[in-house]
Amino acid sequence: MTAADLIALSPLIVLACSTIVIMLVVAARRNHALTLTLTLLAHAGAFASLFFISSEVPRQVAALLIMDSYSLFYLGLILAASFVVALLSYSYLERHREQCEEFYLVLLLATLGSAVLVASTHFVSFFLGLEILSVSLYVLIAYQRSSELSIEAGIKYLILAAASSAFLLFGMALMYADLGTMDVSRMSSLMSGKALSTLVLSGLAMIIVGVGFKLAVVPFHMWTPDVYEGAPAPVTAFIATISKGGMFALLMRYFSRLGLDASSSLFVLFTVIAVVSMIAGNLLALLQTNVKRILAYSSIAHLGYLLVAFLAGGSIGSAAVTYYLVAYFVTMLGALGVITVLSNKDREAAAMIDYQGLFWQRPWLAVVFAASLLSLAGIPLTAGFIGKFYIIAAAVGSTLWWLVFILVVSSGIGLFYYLRIIVAMYKDPPRATQVTVSSLSLTDTIALTALTMLLVWLGIYPATLITTVQWSVASLSKY
Amino acid sequence: MILAWMIIVLLLGGAGAWAANRFSALWSRYISLLALAIDLVLVSVAASRHGQTRIGQWLVELNLNWIPPFGISLHLGLDGLSLLLILLTLFLGFISVLCSWNEVQKRVGFFHFNLLWILSGIIGVFLALDLFLFYFFWELMLVPMYFLIGIWGHENRVYAAIKFFLFTQVSGLLMLVAIIGLYFVHGRTTGIYTFDYLQLLGTSISPAVAMWLMLGFFIAFAVKLPALPLHSWLPDAHTEAPTAGSVILAGLLLKTGAYGLLRFVVPLFPEAAKAFAPAAMTIAVIGILYGAVLAFAQTDLKRLVAYTSVSHMGFVLLGVFALNEIAMQGALIQILAHGISTGALFVLVGALDERIHTRNLDNMGGLWAVVPRMGAVTMLFCLASLGLPGLGNFVGEFLVLFGVYPINIPLTVLATVGIVFATVYSLWIIQRAFHGPQREYPRLHDLSPREVGSMALMIATIIGLGLAPQPVLNTMRPSVESIIQGLGVGNSKSAVAGSPGSLDQGGAH
Repeated sequence: MTAADLIALSPLIVLACSTIVIMLVVAARRNHALTLTLTLLAHAGAFASLFFISSEVPRQVAALLIMDSYSLFYLGLILAASFVVALLSYSYLERHREQCEEFYLVLLLATLGSAVLVASTHFVSFFLGLEILSVSLYVLIAYQRSSELSIEAGIKYLILAAASSAFLLFGMALMYADLGTMDVSRMSSLMSGKALSTLVLSGLAMIIVGVGFKLAVVPFHMWTPDVYEGAPAPVTAFIATISKGGMFALLMRYFSRLGLDASSSLFVLFTVIAVVSMIAGNLLALLQTNVKRILAYSSIAHLGYLLVAFLAGGSIGSAAVTYYLVAYFVTMLGALGVITVLSNKDREAAAMIDYQGLFWQRPWLAVVFAASLLSLAGIPLTAGFIGKFYIIAAAVGSTLWWLVFILVVSSGIGLFYYLRIIVAMYKDPPRATQVTVSSLSLTDTIALTALTMLLVWLGIYPATLITTVQWSVASLSKY
Repeated sequence: MILAWMIIVLLLGGAGAWAANRFSALWSRYISLLALAIDLVLVSVAASRHGQTRIGQWLVELNLNWIPPFGISLHLGLDGLSLLLILLTLFLGFISVLCSWNEVQKRVGFFHFNLLWILSGIIGVFLALDLFLFYFFWELMLVPMYFLIGIWGHENRVYAAIKFFLFTQVSGLLMLVAIIGLYFVHGRTTGIYTFDYLQLLGTSISPAVAMWLMLGFFIAFAVKLPALPLHSWLPDAHTEAPTAGSVILAGLLLKTGAYGLLRFVVPLFPEAAKAFAPAAMTIAVIGILYGAVLAFAQTDLKRLVAYTSVSHMGFVLLGVFALNEIAMQGALIQILAHGISTGALFVLVGALDERIHTRNLDNMGGLWAVVPRMGAVTMLFCLASLGLPGLGNFVGEFLVLFGVYPINIPLTVLATVGIVFATVYSLWIIQRAFHGPQREYPRLHDLSPREVGSMALMIATIIGLGLAPQPVLNTMRPSVESIIQGLGVGNSKSAVAGSPGSLDQGGAH
């Protein structure tokens, strides 16, 4: 490994080192604000290093990782999202009065895991990244030790994630047994042009189980609503965005190399997963009354939409996925940010009644939340609209008519439950409850304002981001 | 830029009206009126700057890059057709602000915000010459309309609002798919990937694909229009919406559907439109009869008026798909006349509801003696609605029937029967509400000066349209002619034998 390799890895190194530094600082002096500042600085440093190394890319570091424009873009996205999660966590943790400092340590580690995933080109780095991410998430989900729901969610996630990791490992072993390599590029050259052996196919299927679990697509979605509901709201935001986004980036990179032929059985498999996720996610969300659970099911459906663009393939498909992920990150962070702000020590603000009359009591929060929901529904002026447009364009371009049709119908169903929350927000406020309007903290204000402005900006003037996205996914097609 | 300003002024005005509510509700109303007035000035400046249009030319055009990677531009254009519809939009905008002066007392600022944003979305729809931009505006007006119905509506408002939103949104997505499909078809044949309307015109598409794409557009427009069997959102939405909401729904939102048919479906897919015309005309006639029969069966006055919209918009659909000049002109006149007459009826029903707190016809009767001015005005607009010569609707319906006759006689006859039904339900309103035995009412006051003023404007317009439609016909002629030209000489000439030009001039004198 040369010095240039190390320089290329600097974003990951910054993240890892700063985790250790913050750990030492916490050991010496417990101070919430200080820890937050250091965490934010770590993110900013890692983010700045992206620009620093952008002239060095593309660079393959050993066999494990690659730093190309695609990795850079996703690293930036993940770092920015994690930055926002850290910001939102601050006042949330303040209100809960628990040991807060360790939260940021684990958050940084989880971000590091996701960052490894997006740069991975080898099964070893894949597994490594996944485990760093998962193990950190076990802690994060169960972070509120006083809440039963949180503990339950943590254990549920622990067991299921461990099981899915086992599947993943077994799948990797099977592929290794047949192909004799764990390097994805080598694999693709070994696999190309001939029929896949049973060993490879079953290996791939098991890997898809592992990936599907992290992405929470049907039929691997069972954990999602419980974990979304039980986890502290900022952690839910982390799972919904960074954890899934990192995994999806990896999925796209691997299959851009392995190739996904429209006639292959894998294509059929992904099609089925996409269709079932879109329909089941939206239908099950209709039955929910808990806002966090609604968002959980809606995220299942959104991953289904993403799979449609993934199946469309080609540069427009990957660009559509990337754009949609950015829009989805912004939107989900906004929505869960509002939930975070409204939650207090006693309970998470997740029941429909918590939102009743929000429009008239706290109009700005309600506007942020409504904008996020409309963006999820794909209404103009929001980022989600351009995202949905992009996905439909990719799918129509590849003439996946049935998938497009199902997307249209299921997102019609989806509208219904988004509207239900909005309806609740503009109803008259419930009389019985005492209105305790605490003013927003500075960190929350900054985070939510920035997210909302970004949400609208991406919906009105997406050209800059589209160009950037096209630049980033261009490096995928070189293989 | 003047076109962009027309949209921006309303958006800003909406935001201003919301903000002004902090000081006083009255300020919100004044700011809304001001924004509309500025827009009116802008439109007249834009229209007067260039006199008559010739075929295929735009009075004012604006073309800016928006999302270059996709070939999406901010392309706006004003021609005779959009000019008339924008004037109608502003006119009904004024009326909506005025008619909610007393009705809306809660959350006035947000109400006017929604109102103005709907109007700007509608104006955007009428101006957009880029299909993506068109879709953008098309969807933009939904959310504020949803709020308008959902917050200020009557008892069953949430259900109606959601139903409205679902219908229009899902059908809109189908149109989006069709738009993207057209984009790719054009891109693959010519190598130019663009959403620009003028470039997409005349794309060569295989008939089967064209039919599917055309249906994608048609369904979205048919939902708005509404055409059977996609109309079921309409009675609920109209009935539950506040008066201003009903006026905008009936007067403007439905018209965006008709406009879409004229501007996009027929010119973009001429062959598919010709092939589909018999089916569309049949749907139209069924709609005319169905709407009229159901209107007669209603006891809720507002719902009754809503069903008459289904019937009247059937004439518009019929006229558009007759695919000849005279019927299309009729459809356009019908669009304008229906916007005004139905808008006025909704305002009157709203005013009545404000006074006697019911919309149920069974609880009315003998109102003429109590509120004579209101009775007289209602009478006039009912007469307009049944197609009395001298009033705008007559010109529209007459021209449509005139244009359809050479193409399909049975449908013409059936559509005429619809007018007979219209007579029945229109007189039924007068009979049940204003005549008959007088009931006990609390002290009612007749139309206030503000209401009289807005009614007088509407009356003047509907009579003007009925007596002297020629200026309107002249304004729209270039647009209509270019649509007909796009259809190809073969069909239109043989069907009506070149006579429409001379006929409609004869008809106007």
